[in-house]
Amino acid sequence: MTQTASTPLALEVTGLRKAYGDVVAVNGLELKVSAGQCFGLLGPNGAGKTTTIEICEGLNSADSGTVRVLGRTWDRDATWLRNRIGMQLQETQLAEKLTVIETVQLFRSFYESGRDVDAVIDLVQLGEKRTARVNGLSGGQKQRLALACALVGDPELLFLDEPTTGLDPQSRRQLWTLVEGLKREGRTILLTTHYMDEAERLCDNIAIVDHGQVIALGTPPQLIASLGAEHVIRLGVGESVGGSHPVTLADLLAVAGVTGGRETAGGYELRVGSVQGVLPALLSMAEQRGIQWSELSTHSATLEDVFVALTGRDLRDG
Amino acid sequence: MRIASLRQLTLARFREFTREPEAVFWTFVFPLLLAGGLAIAFRDKAPEQSIVAVVMPASPDSAALRVDAALAAASSGKNAPLRARRIAADSADEVLRTGTAALVVLPMPDGSVEYRFDAARPEGRAARQLADDLLQRARGRADVLPFRDVTIRERGSRYIDFFLPGLLAMNIMGSSIWSLAFAIVTQRNKKLLKRLAATPMSRLEYLLSFVLSRLVFLGLELLVLLGFGVWVLDVPIRGAIGSLVMMAFIGAAAFGAIGLLVSSRSRTVEGVSGLTNFVMLPMWIFSGVFFSSSNFPAAIQPVVQALPLTALVNGMRAIMLQGASLAAVAPQLGILAVYLVVSLAVALKIFRWQ
Repeated sequence: MTQTASTPLALEVTGLRKAYGDVVAVNGLELKVSAGQCFGLLGPNGAGKTTTIEICEGLNSADSGTVRVLGRTWDRDATWLRNRIGMQLQETQLAEKLTVIETVQLFRSFYESGRDVDAVIDLVQLGEKRTARVNGLSGGQKQRLALACALVGDPELLFLDEPTTGLDPQSRRQLWTLVEGLKREGRTILLTTHYMDEAERLCDNIAIVDHGQVIALGTPPQLIASLGAEHVIRLGVGESVGGSHPVTLADLLAVAGVTGGRETAGGYELRVGSVQGVLPALLSMAEQRGIQWSELSTHSATLEDVFVALTGRDLRDG
Repeated sequence: MRIASLRQLTLARFREFTREPEAVFWTFVFPLLLAGGLAIAFRDKAPEQSIVAVVMPASPDSAALRVDAALAAASSGKNAPLRARRIAADSADEVLRTGTAALVVLPMPDGSVEYRFDAARPEGRAARQLADDLLQRARGRADVLPFRDVTIRERGSRYIDFFLPGLLAMNIMGSSIWSLAFAIVTQRNKKLLKRLAATPMSRLEYLLSFVLSRLVFLGLELLVLLGFGVWVLDVPIRGAIGSLVMMAFIGAAAFGAIGLLVSSRSRTVEGVSGLTNFVMLPMWIFSGVFFSSSNFPAAIQPVVQALPLTALVNGMRAIMLQGASLAAVAPQLGILAVYLVVSLAVALKIFRWQ
């Protein structure tokens, strides 16, 4: 982690718990976000990311635990905090009949100090849409307008809750470029996402969240290195004639160089240190037993693989 | 509180409303059409003629012919009190049922007449009285008490004069409750309310922006409806304009607060629509917009008089038609003020921001 004793914490969450009836959404979650970094909460849907971020934003209350934002607490300094944080919420739909500039002006009026409305609209690349009504904007443009509303108060700390969910690839990349620009301005960003590529590209530090707890914490390279494997091999098993699997997970895990693995829908996924070291053994096993691999692919290990190794589930599965 | 936020929030309310053509129609054009239609239906015209149907047999006897002649004579001329027409015996029930005649006169073979009418309808009773007088006099009955008729026409006694203050009050209720309920619940449903609550915006600013934009539209509504009433329909305003505006202002504020209360919890427009209708329906019926609320039985009068729309309707009617001062409508103002304060206090307490 890049945090040192001298960097002030923009956000500190300790022992956070929140339950809705019988469902425990957040279960003893801990976070430390230093000023100036982009911190990612990565996890499947329902992991407790949104509940956590909303408690940090002062929109929801915790059952127990403490949250310090910019060194202050919500119960004592709510107005002070509201003037210094910006946010984009999941699912917010801005007023459809207002134009882009009217919407940003409205949000600007709430803050004691802030940025120039036109400059913020240009920053999020909506200059040409300045006088367009919100209901005429595309999904990506609406999301950038929401970002403009989050930025117009010149926040020290920015909360982005799944900023690219539901966007097309081009809009996602456009938003990523914007967030990278905000990082260069030195703003602290807390971002939730269930896209590992997004977390890998944008975040300095990542907390992987599952069942309301942080199950792994570190920079993206640290997390991937924690797998003890640099590559992942996917094997597809063809239909066997006798009905029984021609090969078991135990057979594969016994192969030298395989550090871990799991069964998937159509075959197996193996974590390996080196592809070259393992492939010959797999091929000769296939030849000896007369197995036809219906699929054989390899990729460098990603955060997704880290999540799978930690939970045994895919991020997408929720 | 920041003036800049209040200004921007009010502007946003104003823009959202004026960019919704349907809302503008229902607030301004619809009441005008309603008032215009009623003005045509109840326009200043000669007193209503009673329509009498005389049943004529295929081969009428002399008694039947005399009845017919007496009624036909009274039907001639522009200001005739009744209009008689002949019908066949088999359509006697039908004309009464469909209301195309108020009275059916059946000359009998023995020389007597039978009157058929609906005793529950005032037109039926009036037509019976009129036709009976004519026929009795035609047969030689003389009036024993000398008399003289003096008819008067008072400006302000037409139905439209009675109805316009009620329409104004009903419009204030409808637009105040609907505009708040619809706007607030839509914003809650779209999580915009939550997003706004996450900014330093004060909640008072948000609620005040609704009050301010309502007052601007209230001014326009008053101008349009009163202007139409006074210049086109010649409805009198006997009290002070200032008193009328004050009454409308308090009424709009009270119904605005009720609108806030109605929309303080609902998450969907469908939900709040039901609630709004539930709140407004009793007032449409009981508050005397279309006919005087004093027609209801004495037992339910305390409830009827305590409804906010009854207070507003009676207050506006008293100012417009009787020239009442604000002091004279103090009870109505008091009822509205209670609704304003209580609804606002409860709404602020239970308002759901997300």
